[in-house]
Amino acid sequence: MKWNKMLALALSGALSLSLLTACGGGTSSDPGSGSSSGDKVIKIGVFEPSTGDSASGGKKEMLGMQYANYETPTVEVGGETYTVELVTADNASSTDKALTAASSLVSAGVSLVLGSYGSGVSIAAGPTFQQAGIPAIGVTCTNPNVTIDNDYYFRICFLDPFQGTVLANFAAEKFGAKKAYLLGELGNEYDQGLITFFEQAFTAAGGTVIKDSYPTNNSDFTTYLTKAKNENVDVIFTPVSIAYATQIISQASTLGLEIPILGSDTLDDNKVLEAASGTNVPLYVSTFYQEGGAPEFDTGIKEYINNNADAKTANGGDDTIAAVTAMGYDAYYVALEAIKAAGSTDPGAIQQALWNVTYEGVSGAIAFDDENGDAIRDTAYIKVSDNNGAWNLETVQTVQ
Amino acid sequence: MDPVKFLPFLLSGISVGGQYALIAVGYTMVYGILRLINFAHGDVFMVAGLMMIYISASLPLYVAIPLVLVLTVGLGFLIERVAYKPLRTAPRMSVMISAIGVSYLLQNTATYVTGGQPMNYPTLPFISQSVSVAGSQVTWVTILTPFLVLALVVLLVMLINKTKVGMAMRAVAKDFETSQLMGIKINSVISMTFIIGSALAAVGSMLYFTNYPYITPTAGAMPGLKAFVAAVFGGIGSIPGAVIGAFIIGICENIIKGLPFAGATTFVDAFSFALLIIILVVKPTGLFGEKATDKV
Amino acid sequence: MLSQKKNKKGLFIALAACVAVLALVVVLENTLTPTGMLFTVLRKSAVYALVVVSMNLLNGFTGLFSLGQAGFMLLGAYTYAILTVPVDKKATVYYLYGGTAVKFSLTDVFQGIFGSTGVGGGIALILTVLVALILAGCVAALFAWLIGLPVLRLKSDYLAIATLGFAEIIRAIFQWDALGPITNGANMIKSFPGYSDFNIDLGGGNTFYLSTFVPFLLSMVCIGIIVLLINSSYGRAFKSIREDEIAAEAMGVNLSKHKMLSFCISSFFAGVGGAMFAMLTNMAQARVYTSVMTYELLLIVVLGGIGSISGSCIATFLYVAASEWWLRGLDAGEFLGIKSPLFRTGFRMVVFSVIIMVVVLFFRQGLMGDKELPDLFKRRKKQEVAK
Repeated sequence: MKWNKMLALALSGALSLSLLTACGGGTSSDPGSGSSSGDKVIKIGVFEPSTGDSASGGKKEMLGMQYANYETPTVEVGGETYTVELVTADNASSTDKALTAASSLVSAGVSLVLGSYGSGVSIAAGPTFQQAGIPAIGVTCTNPNVTIDNDYYFRICFLDPFQGTVLANFAAEKFGAKKAYLLGELGNEYDQGLITFFEQAFTAAGGTVIKDSYPTNNSDFTTYLTKAKNENVDVIFTPVSIAYATQIISQASTLGLEIPILGSDTLDDNKVLEAASGTNVPLYVSTFYQEGGAPEFDTGIKEYINNNADAKTANGGDDTIAAVTAMGYDAYYVALEAIKAAGSTDPGAIQQALWNVTYEGVSGAIAFDDENGDAIRDTAYIKVSDNNGAWNLETVQTVQ
Repeated sequence: MDPVKFLPFLLSGISVGGQYALIAVGYTMVYGILRLINFAHGDVFMVAGLMMIYISASLPLYVAIPLVLVLTVGLGFLIERVAYKPLRTAPRMSVMISAIGVSYLLQNTATYVTGGQPMNYPTLPFISQSVSVAGSQVTWVTILTPFLVLALVVLLVMLINKTKVGMAMRAVAKDFETSQLMGIKINSVISMTFIIGSALAAVGSMLYFTNYPYITPTAGAMPGLKAFVAAVFGGIGSIPGAVIGAFIIGICENIIKGLPFAGATTFVDAFSFALLIIILVVKPTGLFGEKATDKV
Repeated sequence: MLSQKKNKKGLFIALAACVAVLALVVVLENTLTPTGMLFTVLRKSAVYALVVVSMNLLNGFTGLFSLGQAGFMLLGAYTYAILTVPVDKKATVYYLYGGTAVKFSLTDVFQGIFGSTGVGGGIALILTVLVALILAGCVAALFAWLIGLPVLRLKSDYLAIATLGFAEIIRAIFQWDALGPITNGANMIKSFPGYSDFNIDLGGGNTFYLSTFVPFLLSMVCIGIIVLLINSSYGRAFKSIREDEIAAEAMGVNLSKHKMLSFCISSFFAGVGGAMFAMLTNMAQARVYTSVMTYELLLIVVLGGIGSISGSCIATFLYVAASEWWLRGLDAGEFLGIKSPLFRTGFRMVVFSVIIMVVVLFFRQGLMGDKELPDLFKRRKKQEVAK
């Protein structure tokens, strides 16, 4: 009994105390106020998952930003040199944790936000950034809903309708595919969105599809793959999270499946490569960048990864460059361009400046359209796994 | 459906069912004795998998496999001693919450240790290899699982029916207080239950992750829940019931996945739970459960 | 136990405390950064508090162990979202399904009556939200009644598992592609009115912020109703069921009726809470409402004390703030000024789960046991008198 009371009192004391300190903290880090521009530090928020289903991708994307920050740690704003500080917040790959993660960035007083890997969390955090008046640059969130109705969300990657069409065309052209098996996670808008776009393009070209979903946390894919085999499909399209993709590929190999597996940008990951290596699974993915596209960047980041144990762990234990890393790298520089163009650390000014920012990145030219702030991109790289731990460029696809 | 095409679904159903069975036995034994749904059991299964990954990275497999078994048993024992024993007299809800807490802790620790990356399970010799059965490729583990499960379960049933420990277990399951009065050391019997349950979970994890070789911190959640459904389905407290329930759930699940209707796969998990609710409402003792008065 | 007079006094103090808290919230929000972490945590706590209290009503006061709370929240969230997405936004929201089967929207109905700007717009917004919230609760309660018919006969863990299973089934149904034109399948429903719509634009770049006040008010009203219910004869019947079903029945308490009542009321408020959660996150998506969420809620109930409303409220705030805010430094490498290589991704949740285990094992009564906040002060007074 006594314990209870003491605990209750102690905790309520902690509660009121924290409220007070929070109030103090809240005022000092007001992003709009002039006080933050005097100390010559500009904060950029990194809104990425480092736990949950998409952790692997989020960490690699973050790696690109960290490398870019290591390479260029300062920016000129109105004639003064500012140090760029990256403030990270883990959105745990989950749409309900995204809200507080986004708020923590707002509270930290960031001028601009980069991320996230995964569209769901970006859509969920969008209103928070919008209300706080802080612009966000989506790095690899490809779902159309991220930027619609939100003037503060921009993005530097292509969109799913485009990606779905590219892959559907590729399936038809490369394999003469007439029948496709589409497999995605139940209730995941990224998977299901891409599958729908793929289906639309594929059926428009005269193909037929079989669609299936597996429940979250599923690990038995043999039945799905057997079904695909029994139906004699020409390709399997499975735009899923990395954790599921690794299972699907290793189980396809066990089943001795030789049907080509097509994946989206999420599958461009060295964990997936690891699963494919030593197997006979033909694996193709569409992505934003192919190693070798910018040799200087490649050597630079490989050196960075190899000299930094944490970076190497984040990259999954080797130095293969994921496309999302290149995108994270570009996003950082786009952010710097916007800050320079705005000539201020004020989020509002940066948002205004972003519309007209153009940048020649390692993943190609980046510019934003006037409607939603989406990147104007018409190129996707399609890579094939050599099943020996590396990607080879298959083709560069464009859609009019 | 064409029988040759149907065969792989059945095979994989039997294999999954066998793996569920090994987890379900742990659930059903603990429930039989403590009336506790040990939510952490699925996570013990996952941790056993992770331990295998880390240990086999530095030690040869013939050392790693027994070591994993021992460590998993230790973990199960430790969980019981630390998280459940102090709550022996507390209301059942508190113990269940403690179980949820342990499950939370194990998952979060796994996330911390792995850094959130899916971890690749080592290939075990022989059982990872593929073999062709009636034109479709399956791994040896798929074929061996049901036999191994049956052997283990027969051993277990013999242990329970023939040995002194087994007799004590049965007595405790029947009546907690009376058996205590009769001089049975309740705590060691309960520990024994957890030890057996964890050992089976460790074996289950080796079979399961050989087939599905990537482990995430939540990898144990679904098999755990399914195994529990199986345990209830078969009649909780009954070991043969849990095993048969697990095979039924595993096979049904895979057949549903294979059904040629659009959208059928949406309801794979929902089906298991619907089955559970129906069983609970219609026949709460499950298929083989003994009639107990405090269920309805 | 308490005389009528004391009861009235207590009620007055409670009301005054609520008004004071509400006033404090309004003042704070209009003086500090309203988008900051403090307010997000406060809003989330307000919403969660309602759901936790509704769960406590069922698990703590009636002794029915149900784990279906996330499922009822999901029903509430979707009901609210489907009914309030403005008609002109529907094409964008339901873009994969080429629009929706639900052709009307409460938002447009009320705006058609009261206008969409100025005071009329405000009334329309308030009515939209209120009607939609109540309907959300009703849908959840209706489903609770349907599912309650068979499963409420089950006891303790069996009821828990059956309701947990029910929540999982509901989730699968809402994610089903064939229902896409209504539920939007896997995609989230968004663009419906949220808390920030309650902020009043004063012109000239000034805004009067009410976005934290509104969830507080809604949540307080709902919790108030639950408190009144618990103190009524129904509440006493619920508690008697918790203590001893057989004795309760012998005393003339209709077991099945009262169990059903408690289950439906709890689900009603869980549904309202779900709708409020959707308003908070500005989206409704089935994959959020998993069993993990139910476990989280259950943990808060236990941390606060099974059978204590004020305990639940305080525990909610502490839980949300600790897990999502205060301990965040443990992930980022620096916490309370201490730097350590141990502090990397995921460490926050490890520390947090250890804290939970410590509370569950060593403070079994939770924060408040079955006491309420006023009880703490009452006892002290008595002790002083005794001295």
